[in-house]
Amino acid sequence: MAARGASAKYDCAVIGGGHNGLVCATLLARGGRSVVVLEANRGLGGAAATREFAPGFRVSACAHLLHLMPAALQRELRLDEHGFIAAATQMPTTALVADGAALARGAGDVGGADAAAYARYDAPMRCLAAALAPMLSRVPPRLGTHRWSDLVPLLQLGWRVRRLGTRDMRELLRIVGMNVYDLLEENFESVELKGALGLDAVLGTNFGPRSPGTVLTLLHRLAGQSTVGAAGLSQPKGGMGGLCDALARAAGAAGVVIRTSAPVARIEVDRDRASGVLLEDGERIAARTVISSADPRTTFLRLLGTGHLDAGFARRVANFRSRGLAAKLHLALDRAPDFTGLKPERAVGRLLIAPSLRYIEQAYNHAKYGEYSRAPVMEITVPSINDAGLAPAGRHVLSAVVQYAPYSLQGGWEQERARFADLAIDTLARYAPGLRGTIIASELLSPLDIEREFHITGGHWHHGDLAFDQFWMVRPVPGAAQYRTPLDGLFLCGAGCHPGGGVIGAAGRNAAHQVLHEAA
Amino acid sequence: MPVTDPSASHFKEPLLKTPFHERVRALCEVDSYVPWAGYTTVDVFTSVEHEYFAIRNAATLYDLTPMVKYRISGRDAPAYLNRLVTRDIAKLGRDRVAYCVWCNDAGHIIDDGTVFRLGDAQFQLCTAMRQIDWLLASAIGFDVEIEEVTERIAALALQGPTSCAVLKAAGIDGIDGLKPFEIGRFTLGLAPITVSRTGFTGDLGYELWMTPEAAEPVWDALMAAGRARGIRAIGSQALNIARIEAGFISPNVDFVSAEHSLRVGRDRSPLELGLEWLVDFDKGHFTGRRALLAERRRGPRRRLVGLDVAGTKPAHNALVYSSRTGKREIGSVTSAVWSPTCKRNIALAMVDAPYFAMGSTVWVDIYLNRELVWERRMMQAGVVERAFFAPARRRSTPPADF
Repeated sequence: MAARGASAKYDCAVIGGGHNGLVCATLLARGGRSVVVLEANRGLGGAAATREFAPGFRVSACAHLLHLMPAALQRELRLDEHGFIAAATQMPTTALVADGAALARGAGDVGGADAAAYARYDAPMRCLAAALAPMLSRVPPRLGTHRWSDLVPLLQLGWRVRRLGTRDMRELLRIVGMNVYDLLEENFESVELKGALGLDAVLGTNFGPRSPGTVLTLLHRLAGQSTVGAAGLSQPKGGMGGLCDALARAAGAAGVVIRTSAPVARIEVDRDRASGVLLEDGERIAARTVISSADPRTTFLRLLGTGHLDAGFARRVANFRSRGLAAKLHLALDRAPDFTGLKPERAVGRLLIAPSLRYIEQAYNHAKYGEYSRAPVMEITVPSINDAGLAPAGRHVLSAVVQYAPYSLQGGWEQERARFADLAIDTLARYAPGLRGTIIASELLSPLDIEREFHITGGHWHHGDLAFDQFWMVRPVPGAAQYRTPLDGLFLCGAGCHPGGGVIGAAGRNAAHQVLHEAA
Repeated sequence: MPVTDPSASHFKEPLLKTPFHERVRALCEVDSYVPWAGYTTVDVFTSVEHEYFAIRNAATLYDLTPMVKYRISGRDAPAYLNRLVTRDIAKLGRDRVAYCVWCNDAGHIIDDGTVFRLGDAQFQLCTAMRQIDWLLASAIGFDVEIEEVTERIAALALQGPTSCAVLKAAGIDGIDGLKPFEIGRFTLGLAPITVSRTGFTGDLGYELWMTPEAAEPVWDALMAAGRARGIRAIGSQALNIARIEAGFISPNVDFVSAEHSLRVGRDRSPLELGLEWLVDFDKGHFTGRRALLAERRRGPRRRLVGLDVAGTKPAHNALVYSSRTGKREIGSVTSAVWSPTCKRNIALAMVDAPYFAMGSTVWVDIYLNRELVWERRMMQAGVVERAFFAPARRRSTPPADF
């Protein structure tokens, strides 16, 4: 790695061409900065990419549903003008049940005694989520300063919570530290409904339904969903990569220079200030500001090096919990899967295998001890139903998030990957009996594979657990929670920051605002 | 970065005995012991006055074994230490010792201690308190091995004007060529010992490092060789008088470790302790640098200074006031003693800005218990440099033959 002189100089160098990196770069360029995006992989998108896992079969590599990116941000980026098309919107959610009768999940779908209970539960939860939603698109305030820019957001949050009224505010304060198991037990009779509702609280997290703080993760998810507007749960045309293609075009139109196959080896420091980056091939790119969408541990421990950080801060970063527990299963099928009892109009949507809270908790038990779940929970889509272009004519792809699959698996993923994939297919086949015979090809991405493919420490979808102690004002760690880092000129803009991952884009946007604000 | 040598026997006895214990017990006439870092150590052998005057007029032995010692080695050891402490370790030559402090992220002192450079990438760090947690946190991202060796190294401080002569009499040739803060390797009898010209008395003196097996023979040899030079064993109380005279600070007395303090505003920075000469802002990044730069721009809010107090009664635990009326409280005394050598009533005190300026006058309230009746005296005190006693003999090489 022979270092050469700087080949170019930019105002801003953005590390990583995932959705947050692209959003951040676009807004910086629109703010008048010269910006370069440096992506290690050959393609853009990071973990929000579309992947051809078998000839002619394409699928979203990680997240497969768009349900958190705020409508306001999509408008701000003018994604429609840049070719973003939703293959499906307002997708329904259906819980698959072992005896074959699929259970619809959603307002008006629930019958019996739970129908009234659902309304009683759902409306206040949405109300609480909506009260929290505005904080997702803001730079978190700092505690202990007396600046208005820090005090106003705190006061606003307090005001929004207060404005809920005494009853709802009391309810928010009562449930926010609870676990989702207890909350759902309070509200519902149907075990299937409780399972289906509980899954949303633990999807992509390091939690089971009985883990403390799972109501917070659920509210966080609902808060994100409340910002997406009419689209609801949607599926980008061409998979998640379709979204990133549009983001890349928006970036290009704003004047961003995008470089792929340009892995960054090191963040360069000059007189205690970030001065650019050194690529792995030795090329040096000078920049007044470096913004990293890589996860915090990669950014601080690998790219920057702890020598430029205080020891206490470095210890906090090293302790940032970032071990992923979600795997991704991709199947190439020679015909559409036939889930027992599933009506065709619901097959276009999101299917859940989480038949009870007990089932989820037991699945999680294994993960606590470094084993994969013997009976995993799943979030399934068959994206080729809404978007025929993802598979050869008449054929289909199935995409499933499979939990729990701990990053540090006993026996190692190289040994166990095939067995876990088999187990996941068996689990699916319990709900779609003929499935196994229709499989042309399959792929399982373990957290270890996600780490390698997308350069995310621990293969964690959110770059780090969303939990009370890694949330909002202390995410990822105190001292870097406002996208600013202890090193002047270095910022974060990835999912490791507030408000986390799951294809939101808000971290990239908030970071861009912070950079533009600081430099102004 | 493994921590080796589990100090396995701590749980069996409340206080460990140092390898010198049998020798010091035989000499400890008043049975006055204090615990220090998990060891039994002597507070007073015979009388504080006798021991103190031996430090200033003859030679003294002080059991230093409980001093916590870490071996730090590995490819990144110099870079690691340079990030840990505020001084520039790159400038520390081989076989040299540097007095250092290290800070947390906020630029507040965690502890002070001495760094011994034993090789290019081999160091020994001596501290008053155990530091392994902070040392390991600081090791994240560095290729370095940290090992606590406290129990594997017996240590003695030989201090006083005749200390060099005692070592020569004990048969250590070439000791008089050892410069202040230099490390030399010698043999005493059959035992190999490492000698550093360092100490906590502000006087001519040495610290001797050896294996626990060599401890008793070395003690015996020094006591025998020093008989004609007035050698005597000293306890912590006599040493404390000498260190206040020298203006040296003591952890948990003159400052509280930033890792231990609970109350806001109790932590102290090196700038506040008057140790800016130990802070090298130009050497590259170290923990606390950014916070200390901001503090330097702002100016320290308080400062540890020397006080020359009127009268003869030590200003123990006294509050410091801006005027005789005692209306405005501006700080407090951290250490105080009547200095027998300087014949001055001296103290170390933390004093708020702007009253800490050299030469200014402050007031302290001294409480005197006179046959069970407390009297309060408001005494005038001058702000002075902290080193009250700094004889030329502590630096001169070779030392004069006292």
